[in-house]
Amino acid sequence: MSGLEVVQAGPQSLLQDHGRFGYSALGVGRCGASDVTAYELGSRLVAHGPGRAALEVTMGGFAARVHGSLTLALTGADAAASLDGQAVPHAAPLDLHDGQELRLGVPSAGLRTYLSVRGGFDVEPELGSRSSDTLSGLGPAPVHDGDLLGVADYDGPFPNVDVAPVPVPTTGRLDLEVTPGPRADWFDAADALRERVWTVSERSNRIGVRLEGQALKRVEGRVDDELPSEGMVRGCVQVPSGGQPVIFGNDHPVTGGYPVVAVVTARDMDRVAQLTPGQEVMLRWRS
Amino acid sequence: MISTQVLPMGEEAILLELDDLAGVIALAAAIQDQVDAGEPGWSQVSDVVPAARTILLRTGTAPSQDGPPSGDVDLVALGQAAQALAAEIPEPRSAAQAAGEGAEEVVTIEVIYDGEDLADIAEATGLSEAEVVAAHTETVWSVAFFGFAPGFAYLVGNQEALQVPRRSEPRTSVPPGSVGLAGEFSAVYPRESPGGWQLLGRTEEIMWDPTADPPSRLHQGSRVRFVAKEQR
Repeated sequence: MSGLEVVQAGPQSLLQDHGRFGYSALGVGRCGASDVTAYELGSRLVAHGPGRAALEVTMGGFAARVHGSLTLALTGADAAASLDGQAVPHAAPLDLHDGQELRLGVPSAGLRTYLSVRGGFDVEPELGSRSSDTLSGLGPAPVHDGDLLGVADYDGPFPNVDVAPVPVPTTGRLDLEVTPGPRADWFDAADALRERVWTVSERSNRIGVRLEGQALKRVEGRVDDELPSEGMVRGCVQVPSGGQPVIFGNDHPVTGGYPVVAVVTARDMDRVAQLTPGQEVMLRWRS
Repeated sequence: MISTQVLPMGEEAILLELDDLAGVIALAAAIQDQVDAGEPGWSQVSDVVPAARTILLRTGTAPSQDGPPSGDVDLVALGQAAQALAAEIPEPRSAAQAAGEGAEEVVTIEVIYDGEDLADIAEATGLSEAEVVAAHTETVWSVAFFGFAPGFAYLVGNQEALQVPRRSEPRTSVPPGSVGLAGEFSAVYPRESPGGWQLLGRTEEIMWDPTADPPSRLHQGSRVRFVAKEQR
């Protein structure tokens, strides 16, 4: 069987697809690829249709030996990849041959690189998805050194795209578009978010991106209120008692007990997925 | 009738807020029926997520190999449909009544009542340990909602005597099958996890199996009866 033998898993490499739908009421989160646009672009470049498992490599550092012949594409953060020491293009379909070694460096901008192999990685789905949920442990285990990642056979038409011109993640300050959350009125939200610049904490992961900055304060009358746990979605900007917001990522808990002041748009959540620690963001109300 | 307020939750979801848990359970069940029946206006709802005072309605489906991409969702119309549906529902007497409504069978769960917090629960409730066990086994519990972790069902039972606070110091690890109490709820930990509930005992039943469909032994509205099992 063709596949990739993992020589070096890097800081975090996880199998991801579109995620789990329809199980939230049982306490199971949606999970799935954090940067949906990059993941979907990878699927298009290797021309195997939506929903197949790709590898989400966080902060690069991944290396693997090729078994058999594979068609592969790298999307998302550009990790200066090489094949047997020769640089390979980003966001383009690549033909790989038995024994070659693929190596990813560390992205100079952005956080997550998607490694899509034509046919998709062949692992058993759990609850309808091949996504690793870092909160609940559902889905395939995180990828380790020495793992052999098999690839499913695929017979469809071959890729007809050479390279996709796509915007790459940036290192500068990002404006993230938000809409009001269910508890926006617990905060003086309209003013509170307007001029504030937040720094991405290094304690950020697939569950949430923590922001650090001048604390958000509740309005008078809401200071001591307790919120019974309520349903959450990807993009929720939850404000714990300390006032430092957390943007919920794909592995967020299904319910949460802190008020949600705003919700980041789906489009901008793909940019949140590429935020690196220390990067600055502003939350802007959608006009 | 039940009244509900519609709160915004991004581009793909709305949050319904209700006065009490009984209303949540009754309305969530009615909405789930509409979704399951494929009623017009409800087809884009993928997840109905009840909690203590709210119901989250999420839209969107996984893109399929051949299906059309899902179009834009009219969240305003969805909120109005939920309010109209709520207005038709008679107000339930209690959360336990609403949760057990329509449940065909009672799931029996055997419990070994040797929990580490049994003595603390007895002290907090003013009952003897035997009376705590009797109260827990005499009650017919119903699943109000899931949360906290996959398959973690919050059970309600109109059981005033057994209301206890969470532990002041949560445990870093609670074994699967642990049976606990917190507030007005009882629950079985489906998997190993951290947890702050007061532990009554444990069961050997498998509550959660992600390789099964459905993965959870219990579902919304399931009725549950705990039975004391002698420790061998």
